[in-house]
Amino acid sequence: MIKAILIFNNHGKPRLIRFYQYFAEDMQQQIIRETFHLVSKRDDNVCNFLEGGSLIGGSDYKLIYRHYATLYFVFCVDSSESELGILDLIQVFVETLDKCFENVCELDLIFHMDKVHCILQEVVMGGMVLETNMNEIVAQVEMQNRMEKSEGGLSAAPARAVSAVKNMNLPEMPRNINIGDINIKVPSLSPF
Amino acid sequence: MALKIVKGSIDRMFDKNLQDLVRGIRNHKEDEAKYISICIDEIKSELKQDNIAVKANAVCKLTYLQMLGYDVSWAAFNIVEVMSSSKFTFKRIGYLAASQCFHEGTDVIMLTTNQIRKDLSSPNQYDTGVALTGLSCFVTPDLARDLANDIMTLMSHTKPYIRKKAVLIMYKVFLKYPESLRPAFPRLKEKLEDPDPGVQSAAVNVICELARRNPKNYLSLAPLFFKLMTSSTNNWVLIKIIKLFGALTPLEPRLGKKLIEPLTNLIHSTSAMSLLYECVNTVIAVLISLSSGMPNHSASIQLCVQKLRILIEDSDQNLKYLGLLAMSKILKTHPKSVQSHKDLILQCLDDKDESIRLRALDLLYGMVSKKNLMEIVKKLMLHVDKAEGTTYRDELLTKIIDICSQSNYQYITNFEWYISILVELTRLEGTRHGHLIASQMLDVAIRVKAIRGFAVAQMATLLDNAHLLTGNTQRNGICEVLYAAAWICGEFSEHLEDPKQTLEAMLRPKVATLPGHIQAVYVQNAAKLFATVLRSQESAPEAAQETSQLMIERLPLFVQSANLEVQERASCILQLVKYIQKLQQKDVEVAEEVTALFAGELNPVAPKAQKKVPIPEGLDLDAWINEPPSESESEDEKPKAVFAREEPKHTRSRHTEVDEKELAKRREARKQEQANNPFYIKASPSSQKVYQDAPGVEHIPVVQIDLSVPLKVPGLPLSDQYVKMEEERRQKDKDDKKKKEKKRKREKRGRGRQVDSGPESEEDITPAQQVDIMTEEMPENALPSDDDDKDPNDPHKALDIDLDKPLADSEQLPTRTHRSAEVLKSPGGDGDGETITPEPKKKTRKDKKEKKKVKDKERTRSAEDKKNKKKHKHDPEEEEAKIEEAITLVNAEEAQPTAAADLDFWLTTDAAPSSAQEAVAATIPEVPIEAEPSEVKEVEPEEMKSKHKKKKPKKEKEEMEREKKKKKKRHHHHRSERAETESVQNGTMEEEEEEEEPLPPMSNYGLLAENDYIKMVYDIQGNLQDGSQVVVSIIFQNKTSSVLKSMEFNVLDSLNSKLERPEGASPHDALSVPFQLPPEVSNEARFVFAVQSIVMPQKLKGTLTFIVKTDDSSTHEKLDFKLHFTCTSYLITTPCYSDAYAKLLESGDLKSSSLKLEGVTMPFHHSLARICFHHHFSVVERVDSCASMYSRSIQGHHVCLLVKTADETVSIDAKCDELMLLENVLDEIKQTFSQS
Repeated sequence: MIKAILIFNNHGKPRLIRFYQYFAEDMQQQIIRETFHLVSKRDDNVCNFLEGGSLIGGSDYKLIYRHYATLYFVFCVDSSESELGILDLIQVFVETLDKCFENVCELDLIFHMDKVHCILQEVVMGGMVLETNMNEIVAQVEMQNRMEKSEGGLSAAPARAVSAVKNMNLPEMPRNINIGDINIKVPSLSPF
Repeated sequence: MALKIVKGSIDRMFDKNLQDLVRGIRNHKEDEAKYISICIDEIKSELKQDNIAVKANAVCKLTYLQMLGYDVSWAAFNIVEVMSSSKFTFKRIGYLAASQCFHEGTDVIMLTTNQIRKDLSSPNQYDTGVALTGLSCFVTPDLARDLANDIMTLMSHTKPYIRKKAVLIMYKVFLKYPESLRPAFPRLKEKLEDPDPGVQSAAVNVICELARRNPKNYLSLAPLFFKLMTSSTNNWVLIKIIKLFGALTPLEPRLGKKLIEPLTNLIHSTSAMSLLYECVNTVIAVLISLSSGMPNHSASIQLCVQKLRILIEDSDQNLKYLGLLAMSKILKTHPKSVQSHKDLILQCLDDKDESIRLRALDLLYGMVSKKNLMEIVKKLMLHVDKAEGTTYRDELLTKIIDICSQSNYQYITNFEWYISILVELTRLEGTRHGHLIASQMLDVAIRVKAIRGFAVAQMATLLDNAHLLTGNTQRNGICEVLYAAAWICGEFSEHLEDPKQTLEAMLRPKVATLPGHIQAVYVQNAAKLFATVLRSQESAPEAAQETSQLMIERLPLFVQSANLEVQERASCILQLVKYIQKLQQKDVEVAEEVTALFAGELNPVAPKAQKKVPIPEGLDLDAWINEPPSESESEDEKPKAVFAREEPKHTRSRHTEVDEKELAKRREARKQEQANNPFYIKASPSSQKVYQDAPGVEHIPVVQIDLSVPLKVPGLPLSDQYVKMEEERRQKDKDDKKKKEKKRKREKRGRGRQVDSGPESEEDITPAQQVDIMTEEMPENALPSDDDDKDPNDPHKALDIDLDKPLADSEQLPTRTHRSAEVLKSPGGDGDGETITPEPKKKTRKDKKEKKKVKDKERTRSAEDKKNKKKHKHDPEEEEAKIEEAITLVNAEEAQPTAAADLDFWLTTDAAPSSAQEAVAATIPEVPIEAEPSEVKEVEPEEMKSKHKKKKPKKEKEEMEREKKKKKKRHHHHRSERAETESVQNGTMEEEEEEEEPLPPMSNYGLLAENDYIKMVYDIQGNLQDGSQVVVSIIFQNKTSSVLKSMEFNVLDSLNSKLERPEGASPHDALSVPFQLPPEVSNEARFVFAVQSIVMPQKLKGTLTFIVKTDDSSTHEKLDFKLHFTCTSYLITTPCYSDAYAKLLESGDLKSSSLKLEGVTMPFHHSLARICFHHHFSVVERVDSCASMYSRSIQGHHVCLLVKTADETVSIDAKCDELMLLENVLDEIKQTFSQS
C-alpha cells in the first residue's frame, strides 16, 4: 500500500499532496516539513530510499523518492510494495505528466494542481497501484479532458478572456522552470 | 430568470479561478496569510450563490488551499453539492475535494450514499470511475456496507476500466466492512483470470494485500497463483505474486520446495532488477522456512548471495541498498554464506550514503564471531570518531552495543575489553544514549562476576574524572553513565582499591549539578562506600572518625537539594552517620553493623518478570475487595448498578488461600525444575566449554592504527590495548595448546595415526575470564510462552476470515432490490463455493440456471465446468500443467472442506519423485507397498481423461464422477500413507482437530467378505448428483502370490435396490471388475446402485467370481458376500449454518426421536468426530459439551441432531422429516458406539 504521495519543490513548498490515510491539515503540513527536511539534505547520488521519518509510519514504511530538477516526488509505502517498482512508478507518473502537459515544468503543477490530481488518480487509487501502462493512463486522462471540454469546462471562453486581460499587468511571469532532463535513466529496469 | 443567468456569468468574469488564486498568492509573498483570508471570504460568498459553476470554482480553489494547510472542512456540505452536479467537470472537482478532505469523522458523508450509488450506476464510465476513485479515499463502514453490493456488481462491468477500479476498491470495502469479504471473494478470485491485464493486476494486488495480513486463509489459492506466476509476463503482477509467496511459504514449507525451481529460473532469466530482487527475496524466505536440514539447497543460497553481491557492487546506490537489505535476511539463517562477503560489507560502512551505511551496520550484527568481534568493533569505533552528525553516530553507538551484547554476550571473550569500550564511548559528545551505556555497564558488572573488580576500578576512575563528562552542559546525555558508575562502585565496593578516595569523589560539591536521580544514587552509594571504608578502618578509629566527619561535612549539601529523593536519602543518611559518629566517639565497634545495612546481593530481574507473575489461583481481580455500595445508593449511577448486579456471581468464586507451606513447596519445585532445565544458566562453573585440540589464531589480522583519541581520560586503558593484549593472550593460549597438541600428536603417532587439525573454529578461543553470566530472575511459576502483542486495533484483524467455507444465507450482501426474488438456498446447498450473489443484471440468467438446477443439476454443473475451463488458459502440450489444471478444477468445484486436502495433494505430487517419496519411505516404513502402483495407474488414465474432456462435453458427467473417484482415491491414498490426514474427509472434524487433541485414525471401510485368496472391504456413499443412487466402493485385496483375474461382481437385485448395469444387460448379468490383481496388490472398484426408498437399511446378497492364476495352473474361485446398505450411507455430509439450522428446526415439519448412550468414555470431540465421520454429519455449532449437527439424505431429508454429554452419557435428540429414517440412523449410531 502507498500511504502518501507528496510533491514539493526544492524549498519545501507543496505542489501536490495526497494522503491515503487521514491526517488533519496541520499534521499534513508537519509531515511535509519533516519529509522535506529528510529528503532535501541528501545528495543526488545517494540511494532513493529512506527509512524513518517518524511521522509517516513505523518500521514497515519507507520513503521512496525521486528528485527532478526543482521537484521532489516522494512516495511513502509499506513493505508490500516493491522498492524498485515504486521508483519505476514515479518515473511513469512523471513521464505521463510530461506527455499530458507537453514538457511539464513546475509551473504546470502549480497552476493545474487539479489536473495533476486527475492524472495521479489514474495511476494510484486509494493507495494501490491502479495502472502502470503509460499509454493507457494518457488515453484515459485525455478522454476525460475531452468530456470536460465538451461540457464547456469550468471556465468557459469569456472567463478565459478576462483571465488573459488580468495577466497583462502582472510583473514578469516566470516561465522557464523547465524540469530539464526528465528521462533520468532508470537503472536496468525492463519496461513494465 | 434569464437576466439572473446573464448576471451570474458576468459576475463570474470577475471571480478568481484557481489560476488567479495561485497567481495572487505568488504576488503577495509578504502578506500571504492576509491575502488568503481575503480569498477565503470571497470563496465563502461564492459558495452562497446558486450557480453550480461558481460553487465548483470555489471548491476547486479550496482544494488548493487545503494543500497549503488550511482547514476547509467547513465547506463539506458545498463539496457534496458540487459532487452531485450532473456535469462531469463539476463532479470531478467535487469528488477530488471530497477525497482530499473527507474522513470518517465528516458528518456530511452520510448524505452522499445515494449520490454515490447513482454515480456508480451511471451510464458514463467516467462518472463511475470518478466516484470509485473518490470513494476509495473516504469510504466509511456505513458507506461500505451500503455500497458493497453495487461495487461487487461493478466487478463484472463490461468496461475493464471500471472493473479494475471496482476490484481495487473492494480492498477498502473489506477493511471497513469485513462481512463483505466472504460473499465477494469468489468473484474476486474469478478476476484473477480476467482477460484484461489491468483487472488481473488489480485482483492480484487486492488478494496480495489481504493475504499479507492473514496468509493462512489464502494458502488454498497457491496453485492458482503458481499458475499465474508461470504464465504471467506482467512484471507488476509477478512481483506481487512473488511477494505473496514470500508471505505464504513460512506456513507451508512444501510450497517453498515447489517454488524454488521456477524462482531460480526467473532469477537466471529476468533482466528486470526489480523482479530479480523480489525473486531473491522470496527464495530467501523459502530457504528460511526450510532452514532445517536441507543441504541440497545450498546451491540456491549461493545463487542468492552471489546475485546480491552483484547488486551490492553495482554503482547504483539503490541496488546497493537493496542488496544489503536482502543480505540481512539471509544472515538470519545462513550466516556462514554472508560472512564470506565481510570485505564487501565493511567497505559499505565507508559509503558516503547514510542509508547504505546503516544497512551495512545491520549486517555487521550477524557477522561477528568471537574471532572478529574486537576487530569489527575497533573499526566501528573509528567511524564513531569520524562521523559527523549525531544521528549516525548515535546509531553507531547503539549498533556497537547491540553487536557486543547480542545473545547474552555470546561473542565477548574479554569483558575487560568490553568495559573499556564502554568507557571510551562515554567520551562521545552529545550522544543521547548515555542511559544505554549505563545500562550495559550495570548489566555486565552485575552479571559477570569475574569482571567486577576491573569494572569497579574503571568506574572509580570515571567518578574521579566526572568533571570531564559533565564539564559541558550540552553533554547531559552522557552523565547517565555516572549513575551506573556510582552504583557499581557502591554496590561492589569491596573490590575498590581506595574506597576513601572514591567516597570523596562522590561527595564533591560539583555533584550537586548533576540531575536529581543521579545525585540520589550518589548519596545512597556514598553510604555503602562509607560502610566499606569503616570496615577497612576498623583498626584505626582515628581514620574512621575522620571519614564520618567527611560525610557529615559533605552531606548537608544534598540535604538542601531541590530534588525530593536526594533530600530524603541525604537526610536519612546524615542522621545515620551522626549517630554512628556518636557511637564511634564512645569507642563502640560499629563497622560490622553498618555493613549489615547493605548486606546481601541484588540479583538482576528480567524485564518481563512482572508480567509473567501468574495470577494466583482464586484471585479475582474483578471482585469487590470491600462490600460494594448498596444498590439503593447507586441507583442513579448506571455503571455501578451494572457491577452490583454482577456481584453475586463473583462472590461465589472461592478464594483459595495460598499458605506459606504451599508457597515453600512451589519454590522447591521451581528450584528442582531449574536444576533439571538445561537452558537455565546457573551461577555455577563456566558455561563456556574449552576445547583443547585446536591450532592457533595466526591469521587474525593485527591492524595497527594510531588512534588520536580526542579526549583522553587519564588512567583509563584504551580498548586498543586490549586488542593487542587479547592478541597476545590468544597467541599464548595457542602456544600452550600447540604444546599439548604436540604431546598428543606424539602419543598418537605411536598409534600410527595423524589427525588433521581443521581450521580454527569459533569455540577455540578461550575467554580471558572465567565468565559466569547470570540469568535474570523470573517469578515463580512464570508462564513460559510469550503472549504476542498484536495490536487489537489493527483493522486487518477483522479480515481474518476463513474463505474456504461455503457461504451461508446470512452472509449475502445486503441489496436494496429484488430481495424476494432470491432463491433461498437449501441449507448447505451443494456447498461447492459457487455462490449465488444477488445481482440485478444477471438475474434472468440466474433464475434459469436455478430452474435447471432443480431439473438437471448435473448438466448445469458440467456446463459451468466447461466455462471454467475456457477461462483457464492452458498449453495443450504440457501434460503437467494439465494435471495441475484438473486439480485446480477439482479444487474449485468440490465441496470446500476438502480444499485443504487438495492443496495438500498439489503440494505433495510435485515434490513426489524426489524428496517426498523418499521422505515417505524413510519416515513411514509401514506404508503398504501396493498403494504405489495403484496410484500410478490412477494418474495415467486421468491425463487421458482430461484430454477427452475438452473434446467431448457429453462425457462430462462421467468425468465428474471419475474425478470425484479420483479424489476419493486420493483420500484413500492419503489414509494409507499418513495417519494425520486420515480424517481430512470431513472439514468440520478437521477444525476440531486443530483445537483439541488429535483423533484416533478412523476408516469407513468395513469388511465385506474374505477368503484365502481375496479380501474385500467396502464403503457406501450417497451420490451427490442423483437422489436415487449410491456408490459402493470396494477395495479388492489380493492375499495370494498369484494373479487374480477375470473378476466378476454380481448382486441379487431386490425391489428396492438394483445394481446399475450397462445398457442392454439383463438384470442377472454380472459386472466384470475392470482390473486384474497382481500378487499382494489391492485396488478399488466402484459400483453404482439405484435405490428407491432410503428410509430402511437393506442387505443385498452377492457373489464375486474370479480366476486364480499361478504359474502352472488356474482355478476358478467364488466368494459370497452380503452388502449392507445402512441408512447412514444415504446421508451426505452437508455443511449448514446456524441460522439456517434454527429456521429448519423452527419450521415444525420435523419429527423427533432421541437416543441415550451410556458408558461413553471417549472425549466429547471424539464422539462428535465419530458421528461426523461414520455417519456423515457436520457440526453446526458446538458449545462446551453440547453440539448441534446436521446431515442431509440423498433424497433431501434433513437430519438434525442435538448431542449432549454429561458423566459418560451421550444423549442425542434428533429431528428428521422421516421418522423411520431417523430411527434407523440412530440405531446405527448406537451400534457404532457399542462397537468401540
